[in-house]
Amino acid sequence: MKRLAKWRLISLFSILALVLSGCGEPYLSTLKPAGEVAKMQYDLMKLSTLIMVGVIIVVAIIFILILVRFKRKDDRIPKQVEGSHKLEIIWTVVPILLLLILAVPTVAATFKLADVSPMDKKNTKAIVINVRSHLYWWDFEYPGQKIVTSQDLVVPTNEKVYFNLKSTDVKHSFWIPAVGGKLDTNTDNINKFWLEFDDKQANEAGNLFYGKCAELCGPSHALMDFKVKAISRDKFDDWVASMQNVKEPAKAQGTVAAQGQEIFNQSCIGCHAVTPSNKMPETARLAPNLSDFGNRTRVAGVLDHNKEELKNWIRNPETYKPGNMMTGKYPEMSEEQLNALSEYLMGLKVQK
Amino acid sequence: MSTYAQKKGFGATLWDFLTTVDHKKIAILYLIAGGFFFLVGGLEAIFIRIQLAVPNNDFVSAGLFNEIITMHGTTMIFLAAMPLVFAFMNAVMPLQIGARDVAFPFVNALGFWLFFFGGIFLNLSWFLGGAPDAGWTSYASLALHSKGHGVDFYILGLQISGIGTLIGGINFLVTIINMRAPGMTYMRMPLFTWTTFVTSALILFAFPPLTVGLVLMMFDRLFGANFFDVTLGGNTVIWEHLFWIFGHPEVYILILPAFGIFSEIFPIFSRKRLFGYSSMVFATVLIGFLGFMVWAHHMFTTGLGPVANAIFAVATMAIGVPTGIKIFNWLLTMWGGSVKFTTPMHWAMAFIPSFLAGGVTGVMLASAAADYQYHDTYFVVAHFHYVIVGGVVFAVFAGTHLYWPKMFGTMLNETLGKITFWLFFIGFHLTFFIQHFLGLWGMPRRVFTYLPGQGFDSANMVSSIGAAFMGLGVIVMLYNIIVTSVKNVKVGNDPWGDGRTLEWAIPSPPPFYNFKQLPLVRGLDAYWLEKMDGKKGMTPAEPLGDIHMPNSSFLPFMMALGLFIAAFGAMYHVNDKAWALPVMIIGLLVTFGSMFLRSVKDDHGFHIHKEDLMDDDDKGVKA
Repeated sequence: MKRLAKWRLISLFSILALVLSGCGEPYLSTLKPAGEVAKMQYDLMKLSTLIMVGVIIVVAIIFILILVRFKRKDDRIPKQVEGSHKLEIIWTVVPILLLLILAVPTVAATFKLADVSPMDKKNTKAIVINVRSHLYWWDFEYPGQKIVTSQDLVVPTNEKVYFNLKSTDVKHSFWIPAVGGKLDTNTDNINKFWLEFDDKQANEAGNLFYGKCAELCGPSHALMDFKVKAISRDKFDDWVASMQNVKEPAKAQGTVAAQGQEIFNQSCIGCHAVTPSNKMPETARLAPNLSDFGNRTRVAGVLDHNKEELKNWIRNPETYKPGNMMTGKYPEMSEEQLNALSEYLMGLKVQK
Repeated sequence: MSTYAQKKGFGATLWDFLTTVDHKKIAILYLIAGGFFFLVGGLEAIFIRIQLAVPNNDFVSAGLFNEIITMHGTTMIFLAAMPLVFAFMNAVMPLQIGARDVAFPFVNALGFWLFFFGGIFLNLSWFLGGAPDAGWTSYASLALHSKGHGVDFYILGLQISGIGTLIGGINFLVTIINMRAPGMTYMRMPLFTWTTFVTSALILFAFPPLTVGLVLMMFDRLFGANFFDVTLGGNTVIWEHLFWIFGHPEVYILILPAFGIFSEIFPIFSRKRLFGYSSMVFATVLIGFLGFMVWAHHMFTTGLGPVANAIFAVATMAIGVPTGIKIFNWLLTMWGGSVKFTTPMHWAMAFIPSFLAGGVTGVMLASAAADYQYHDTYFVVAHFHYVIVGGVVFAVFAGTHLYWPKMFGTMLNETLGKITFWLFFIGFHLTFFIQHFLGLWGMPRRVFTYLPGQGFDSANMVSSIGAAFMGLGVIVMLYNIIVTSVKNVKVGNDPWGDGRTLEWAIPSPPPFYNFKQLPLVRGLDAYWLEKMDGKKGMTPAEPLGDIHMPNSSFLPFMMALGLFIAAFGAMYHVNDKAWALPVMIIGLLVTFGSMFLRSVKDDHGFHIHKEDLMDDDDKGVKA
């Protein structure tokens, strides 16, 4: 049993090493909180861990003493002890007190995180975003600004951003780990919550946070990533203005791209919009809005953002995202057509 | 009769097991079937860890991965952990209360066969077009979206095996209430019997919500209903409630018997009575009660609102109190004792820190606002493996070693047992400890792969290496079982030397009637009391007389088989197959025909005569 003690010691050191070295990536980890919500949650984590480590230490001491002191050495029959009221009261009351220390801030934080009253006020200035989850992609609508984008969420930093969450097909869950906990996108109802993106932390993370789907939603659940561009309010306003400026599909630059636009208009526009205005009802938005596609950070949420990968994706989406809704909805394309199409799509930028 | 079984041919032995109503043989059936499904589920776990060992792996496809995780969870919970726990309940509980069998031996056999055919049905999905792929929770929107028959296998398979579990639970309840030996008051019952009792009560109240949920889902998928179809006025959150009203008590259904097994092991190998027996009983009942008050903590991120989340958060934390009481009582049981580190004791000792780790992350998860971060990540995966493996699986290993001599009359090899322990223990912590951090670093659960560059790579590799150690541990265990069975060195009544409860007062394995004369129980740890008074065995509470025993029957097997056949008919009915409806009718006819036969045919059982029992004396059978 001495080996057990040694093993405990080794694992203790590895825990320490982990804690010191690895808190994860700043754009992804809940241990690098980058906003008010994540910070509140991180504080709760620290508080609960602290209390629990206290409990573990007490148990560990008793455990080790037993290992050392009470190993069977002879054939004696130990005294049969029935129990001890004093001890039993102690280990009932002390945990209750410890749990109260955790319960009070938990309840307070739970209510604070659920406070979305500003978004329901009339003429609210707060940024509200309608998130609609689809099988393996995300639709982001800004009702106040009357624009729609997809896959790359754009948000202003240092202010509360409010979200309406709903799913159009199966249940998903909307999660930006570094910025705050998740909330499910149900098929039944709209869920509301808020997040705040810290400017300084956003800079450290390269102004790009990783978003995830956290609820099993089918084969490509693991690939339902999205990105969050957290930029200052000024830049955000610029972006919104540029988006609002695109009243009709942008004219392609150059002959190849023009050719691509023609293909797009024949084969793709049935599902993909290239204007950011949200005139279409949300149920009619069958595929990601591509108005600002050229500025995206990933193709289909997971592939590197370049023409080659884009062509690969259009050639056979099924290999990259099994079970997606795009496969088979358009005719097969020649290499030339793919070239033209990707040239056109990569040129779709509301801000150059 | 069980002692004579080995002299029979294979066919006769098989027939004996197919028709048996003896709780000890049914326990062996549960152990074999549960063990088999444990290996299947373990293999699925290995596949999961191979796939996740490196980023962007293509060992299995995305769709197949979802089938594997679904079947891993479903198999481990319903087809491995539950039946293995049931094996020990069947083998030990009637002996512990000094009964000759359970209250309804026929129903006991029926429960096993229903579970068995349900499990076989579920696993046949692998060969018949694909396994269920909506997760073991089978959330409604995804389950209805899922193509093929996978989810149908899940619904029908669980429905059949669920009936088996439910009637098994009722049987145990009635047994413990009615069949305790003279002097065995409730507060003299061994703790394993107490946990069996509370677990059975949980089964009685927890399985009906699952049954309701599965019936609704069955109607949606197979017969065109719309309970969960939002566009037609259905509601998918109802499924989540129904599932977790069952699902949370379910984890207590698993862990309470595990607590019971450890509550037997600590006193035996510390030679000391259980510290704070009455508070242990109280804590068990309280955990069982609170277990029904906390289901919504699985739904903190569903959007129930802050009031519900806050209430369920505090209720969940409250469960930490009785569980803490138990941990300290176990520690104080060993304190001042004379502790012998046998294989079962290794598992029991390792259980304390392992389960404690799972328990403290449980309290962390209970903090609703923080749970928004943990929920559906690898942190949760780590948490529930720490409680279910560190609690239930450790208990199953411990119980297997502890009760193997009582069930089979021979001891598992201690050295091999300890090798299994160290391999499994190290592998377990290697696999799951790091997963806490993976979750906190932002890795969602149930992902078939992950992209490089997110800081997940090396941690996942460590986790996969750990899984290999656990696999090796199980292989050594299997080798141990084979070697032990071949050698078959017989042991006496009390092979561990320090048995305290009634099961250690009778031969290993016990005669098929268990107790020749029902024993008189004079207090807690009845057999220990007699030993301390210098007696060799229990004082009989009745004169030697004829014993009434039930007849074997093939009908339980047929009843379960009928439902198994009918399920295929119900499932393929959707595809407008012409043979589907007749198959369903035939299957139901087999079931109801068997039930009819059982009702009209009088079966009075038989008597073992006093004279035959006296002859048994020569073989050293003592009451």
